[in-house]
Amino acid sequence: MNTVRHVLGRLASAVFLALVVGFFALPMLWLASAPFDATPSITVSIPEFTLANFRAILDNPYALGSIGNSLIQAGGAALIVVVLAALAAYALSRVRVPGRDALLYVLLLLSSVVTGTAAMVPIFELATRLNLVDTHIGVILVVSGGLLPAAIFILKDFMDATPTSYEESARVFGASPLQILRHIVVPVVRPGLATIAVWAMASVWGGFLMQYILLRDPAKSPSAVILYTLYTEGGQPNLDLISTFSLLYSLPVVLMYLFVSGRYGFRFHGGIKQ
Amino acid sequence: MNTDAAGLGRSRAVGFVLPALVLIGVFLVFPALWTIYLGLTDYRLTGLAAADPQVVGADNYTTALGDERFQSSLWLSVQYVLGSAIIGQAGLGFAIAWVMRGRRGPVRRVVEGLVLLSWILPSSVVAFLWIALLDRDGGTLNVLLNTPGAAWLLDHPMLSIIVFNTWRGTAFSMMLYAAALENVPPSHLETARLAGASTFQQLRDVVLPRIKGHILTNMLLISLWTFNDFTPFLITAGGPEGRSEILPFYVYTTALRGGQLGFGAAVSFLILLINLVFALAYLRLLRNRDRDLREAVA
Repeated sequence: MNTVRHVLGRLASAVFLALVVGFFALPMLWLASAPFDATPSITVSIPEFTLANFRAILDNPYALGSIGNSLIQAGGAALIVVVLAALAAYALSRVRVPGRDALLYVLLLLSSVVTGTAAMVPIFELATRLNLVDTHIGVILVVSGGLLPAAIFILKDFMDATPTSYEESARVFGASPLQILRHIVVPVVRPGLATIAVWAMASVWGGFLMQYILLRDPAKSPSAVILYTLYTEGGQPNLDLISTFSLLYSLPVVLMYLFVSGRYGFRFHGGIKQ
Repeated sequence: MNTDAAGLGRSRAVGFVLPALVLIGVFLVFPALWTIYLGLTDYRLTGLAAADPQVVGADNYTTALGDERFQSSLWLSVQYVLGSAIIGQAGLGFAIAWVMRGRRGPVRRVVEGLVLLSWILPSSVVAFLWIALLDRDGGTLNVLLNTPGAAWLLDHPMLSIIVFNTWRGTAFSMMLYAAALENVPPSHLETARLAGASTFQQLRDVVLPRIKGHILTNMLLISLWTFNDFTPFLITAGGPEGRSEILPFYVYTTALRGGQLGFGAAVSFLILLINLVFALAYLRLLRNRDRDLREAVA
């Protein structure tokens, strides 16, 4: 009786897992086959192998440039977020700044309440008045403002968990506070900084709404927005271009995640993904 | 930890915190507060009211609450959160974590890898993958089900984006529940099983009491994220005829495309308030857990 139940249970879970694999793999099949297909259609098929679609990407006026734009915006935002969050997190972790606990509570609250969706109207309006529409720096500042609270919170946790003994001994040997920061603290917390950098890069690289609202000029738009225009303008989607471009554009994010999970293990931070 | 080990000093510490606070203040706090003011005006993108907006008091709010399109998009948002987050992501995520508990090796890696991949791919890309999957002429799903010409996105737009978001976001719940299930001692499950408890009874009596906190955390976070999700706009753009126009799309189309900035700001403020309720509940939960933990240690 019990063995029958056991066998049935194993069978049921195998069937369930097969269905799960099917459900999650099905939409991705197209991304794996169409870019290499000489005559791609919307149907998944065994491709007649070609790399010509990748050449077509080079001829599109905005495709390659948009990858450059994505790099500028994602890199710029990651730099700002890492530097400002690290400074703030270190000071909040080590020094009793007045009102610190309240500040941290408000930061945590803000990072989840004020989303791009809820703030798109005033952010568009603010960017218009500050002449930030259609500029890289506008996108960078707006998305950095959104990512900073969570980044400070995560990094402060990280710094709290780092012992102060190295800093203390360096101080005994007469190092100045800034020297201690540069030569002791930064190397020690480097894994935390790298995690935040990758997280910020990946969020901005894949982000759509803010970039879509703040940029009108296709020459400044990142890949997320260009990809959307490739298949909405003119009705008929250009399949060779879309599939190939999707693959090129997705690869860096996937590689970054593989790098992080390989190097630091896929650590679980609640809410690390926006 | 309060030992200023590097000898930073209070004034330098404030200087360290300030740049981040300025950026957050200008691009996050100020827009949120400004929404309140804009929502009380008849501000428009173009025309007379653009040059000289008037304060109209609570007019926008009464208009919104009485607008059928607003009511229907609020209702669609509720369906979207219940269907794709609470039932879809949390249900599927828990089921996968439960079936894979204690499992190691290639099967687990493949399942986890695929679920995670659907989570980390950029929004524009997954949106197009789903357009290709559900396409009317020759979409993969129609070929597979042998239903040529079935227009999923036109006939069942809400169902389509609910299934889409389940696919998109299950990873978070799966990982959270996998971590939570590690706190359930296998010996307790074994004892219950030997005593003849069915799977359902084991879940109810052994597992549930131990992961209650995780379930609540998960529900609050994924509801908040799903409620604010803009990604399905890339698939249906709210159509056809507004039948998948959840609240974020409603704000986008009325305010930024239709130019009614004041009105859009009022609706945005309602979204902010709903977010605030979720976030306060979540923080309260975290605080209670910290307290429980401290009491348990002490």
